[in-house]
Formats: sequence, structure tokens, C-alpha cells
Amino acid sequence: MNPRRAAWLFLAPSLLVLGLFFLLPVIAALVLSLTDYDLYALADIRNLRFVALGNYWELLHRPLFWSALGHTLYFVLVGVPLSIAVSLGAALLLNSPLARCKPLFRTALFAPVVTTVVAVAVIWRYLFNTKYGLANYALDGLGIHPVDWLGDPRWAMPTIILFAVWKNFGYNMIIFLAALQAIPADLYEAARIDGASPVRQFRHITLPMLGPTLLMVSILTVSGYFQLFAEPFVMTEGGPLQSTTSVLYLMYEEGFKWWNLGSASAVAFLLFLIMFAVTAVMLRVARRGGEA
Amino acid sequence: MNPRLAKALINGLLIGGTLVAVFPLLWMLSVSFMRPGEASALPPPLWPAHATLANYRELFERAGMGRYLLNSLAISSAITLLSLAFNLMAGYAFAKLRFAGRERLFQLLLGGLVIPAQVAMLPLFLLLKYLGLVNSYAAVVMPAMATIFGIFLVRQYARGIPDDLLEAARIDGAGELRIFAQIVLPLLKPIMVTLAIFTFLTAWNDFMWPLIALTGQEHYTLPIALASLSREHVQDSELMMAGSVVTVLPVLVLFLALQRYYLQGLLLGSVKG
Repeated sequence: MNPRRAAWLFLAPSLLVLGLFFLLPVIAALVLSLTDYDLYALADIRNLRFVALGNYWELLHRPLFWSALGHTLYFVLVGVPLSIAVSLGAALLLNSPLARCKPLFRTALFAPVVTTVVAVAVIWRYLFNTKYGLANYALDGLGIHPVDWLGDPRWAMPTIILFAVWKNFGYNMIIFLAALQAIPADLYEAARIDGASPVRQFRHITLPMLGPTLLMVSILTVSGYFQLFAEPFVMTEGGPLQSTTSVLYLMYEEGFKWWNLGSASAVAFLLFLIMFAVTAVMLRVARRGGEA
Repeated sequence: MNPRLAKALINGLLIGGTLVAVFPLLWMLSVSFMRPGEASALPPPLWPAHATLANYRELFERAGMGRYLLNSLAISSAITLLSLAFNLMAGYAFAKLRFAGRERLFQLLLGGLVIPAQVAMLPLFLLLKYLGLVNSYAAVVMPAMATIFGIFLVRQYARGIPDDLLEAARIDGAGELRIFAQIVLPLLKPIMVTLAIFTFLTAWNDFMWPLIALTGQEHYTLPIALASLSREHVQDSELMMAGSVVTVLPVLVLFLALQRYYLQGLLLGSVKG
């Protein structure tokens, strides 16, 4: 067998799986989003009708879609900067020559990342229980009135954001830590000789050297956070008053609770388009910033 | 700032951060040994007054936790083994075997990374429904048998294999399959471990697709079972914490044992291109 034929033989299983279970469904999703596929079509395919952009048009006129998008944007806009700040802070601490027992701290700080979202979301639900939760008990100790964390529409999303930061910051921390360790030590040496304070060293050496890593981490985290689903599913079931219903949660309910698969596919595609646009804007802004 | 103060501050912050990161997990473990109702008291207790295994017994004897644990183990192991085999073969082909259109095909695959997996879920469900595979292990295993990320990871690593080594084997008359099995695979061992633990953890923790594809309790994986139990047993915090321990402990132990490989994969995967 020559290498060329061997190559296709080696590729065949993966390409078959990806083609059949990913590429084909993605194309089908686009087609599906242009039809009124619902419970009746599920029972008998002859009930299927082509509606062109009807699903999209309808979605853009549905308040629930806009509120779901609003909640998702809230989660992304607050959650991503907060996550990245905590990750960077933890990485800076771990990278400090003054820190001790580094491997131990690193492992402990990373532990939440490998846990199962559902399981730890259940833990948080009890920790943030209004009556018996430790969070309110601690606040009470400080003389602050109890907060209805997951039952108050104003607090439910902030609580989920706190949870997401706790669960995810370790991932980016490891990436930042590796990037920090790659910065040449003589840069800091030179700055110190010139009398630059630690704050100025951070602004003029650390941040610029982290630039590409920061961009990559931001893009990955933004796309991850746009896919908010399991947290509200377990912690609040999208409530209270639908204040934590995300775009994916809407897609899930539309598709697998009400069986409006056409309309749900349109939701999925709109989410994809929004994520794509946001990523493109981030890349462009970063490129312009890099040139300036 | 004087160095001693700086040192105290930095280590103090690290200890504080570690406590915040680990406390919910330790609390889960502690509450899982409490008697039913014990955690719902003021002030909230941190330790069980009389440690008991009653919650675990209840879970395994009545709630079918053993079944879910086995489902999770079977599904995650199958995904790990199959996707490891497929991704290794494809990654090696992209890295070391020359064929027309190789770079373009690979770029196309990488382009697929921008499409969120959820876009494919609705038609995938219909596809499996027409194949009669909804609510089967295959429904969860099959779509995960190859991943773009895995192929990418293997390709990056396999590019380091010297071409001379493969050429020499070819001149000696070794077939491509033999070269792959006897020369390439042993060299790929580190990335195999990395990819295996990554895949296993991802499969174990996966939620949305199994939630859609597994409609009957008998096929539930642990996260799906836990989510469904937690809606039934809202008040039973002790029971739910025991369920969380059963779900989280296996992956946490696996991570602690193979931490080095896991973190290496995380870094390799994030340095794209």
C-alpha cells in the first residue's frame, strides 16, 4: 500500500464520523431552520412546509428571544472580564517568586475545572439557599440582610456568574501561568534597574507580553460563555421570571419541550451568527490595537 | 513594600483563593455523611454530628445510582477508546502522510471549530430517531467517536516524528499499517495519555447532548440522573450531596493521578496554529 492510499484509509473513520454526525447535521440545521418542522411533521413528514426566513422573522419579533439574548449577553459581558481578571490574578500570584507550595496551590485552584457542572451546580444551590445556605449565614454574621440568591430575578444571574467564575477560572489561569513563565526575566531585571515600580512593570512589560494570550483566552472564553445552558438548567430552570433563560436554554425548550425543531434550529443559527460576529469584531479590534 | 509583608500578602491571598476553590467540594463531602435533614438547620453545620453512610445506601439501593455509575463508565470508556483510535489515525495522516489536498482539508476541519456543537444537535436527534437509536448508548457514543480538537492535538504532536525514521522503515519493506502500529504509536504514547484523560473527563461531564439523546432512565449517565434527582429531591440536600460525590469523585481522582498529562494537553490545545 502506498502512503497516499494509507492516508485516506487512516482518515476514513474520522472523516466519516465528522461528516455524518457533524457536517451533515449542520447543513441539515440550516435547511430545518427554513421549515416549520414541528410535532405534526415529526409524526408525518408530509406535514412539513417550507417557510423561508419565517422562523427568523418570527423570532426577531418575539420578546422571549430578545430577553434570552439579553441574559446571555449579560452573562458574557460581566462573566468573561470577571473570569479573566480572576484567572490573571491567580496566575500572577502563582508566578510570584515569593509564593510557596506552588504545585499544591495550583492543583487546588484548578480542581473546580475538572468537576461536573451539574454536580457542583447542585452544591451551589444549597450553599446559596436563602434560609439555610452558608452564604447568607456568613452575610448575617457581617450584619447584612439575607439575599434571595436564586429566587430573586435581580440576583439569580449574578449568582450564576459567580458560580461560572468559580468553576472556570482555573482553566485560563494555567494558560496565563505558562505565558507568564515565557516572559524573559531580563526584561524585569532591566525595568528594576531603571527603578520601575511593580505596577509599572505590570503595565509596560507583563500586559504587552501577554497580548496574544489575552486575545486567544478572551475569544475562547467568550464563545464558551455564549453557550450557557447547564447552569440555569440545574440552578434555576431558567427562572425566576425567566431571568436566567439563555439563548441555548430557549433552543432546548423550543426544540425538545415544544418540539418546534424548525424554530429551534433558527435559534441555534442566530446564536452561531452572533458568536461569529463577536469573534470577528474582537479579532479586528485586536489587530487595529496591535498596529497602533 | 517590604519583602516580608509582600510575601505574607501573596501567600495569604493564595491560601484564601484555595479555600474558596476547595470549600464547596469539602462541604459536599461533609454533608454527604450527614443524616437526612441535618444540614437544614441554623447555624448550618459544617460537620456531621454522627457520620452515616445512609445517603449512599439510599442512592445505590433505591435511586439506581449503581446503574447510572456503570452507564457513565461504559459510555465514557467507549468514547475514549474509539475516539482515541480514530483521532490518532487521522492526526498521524495529517502530520506525516502526503496526499493531494492535505492542507486544504485540514484548514477546512479547523474552520469547523467555530461552529458550536449545539447547532448540529437538533438534526442529529432526528437522524438518530430515524435510525431508531434515540435512547441508546450508541446515540451518545457515535457522535463523539472523532473530534476536530483531538485530530488537531495529535497532528501537532506527530509532526515531531522524524521523516527519516518512517522512510527507513519503508525502504526495509514495512507496510504502512505496520509502520503506524510499531513505530508511530509508541512514539505517540505521551499524547495518547493526554488525549485519553481529556476525552474521558469531557465525556463524563457532558450534559446537554446526553440529556437530549437519553430519554429513558435506564440509560441515564450520572449528570443526567443527578439533574433529574435534584428536581425530585429539592429538600434532601444530604442525599444530593452524596450523589454529587459519586459523580465528581471519579474524575477528580483521575485528574489528580494524571494531572501532568492533563495540564500539558490543555496548553497544547490552546496554542493554536
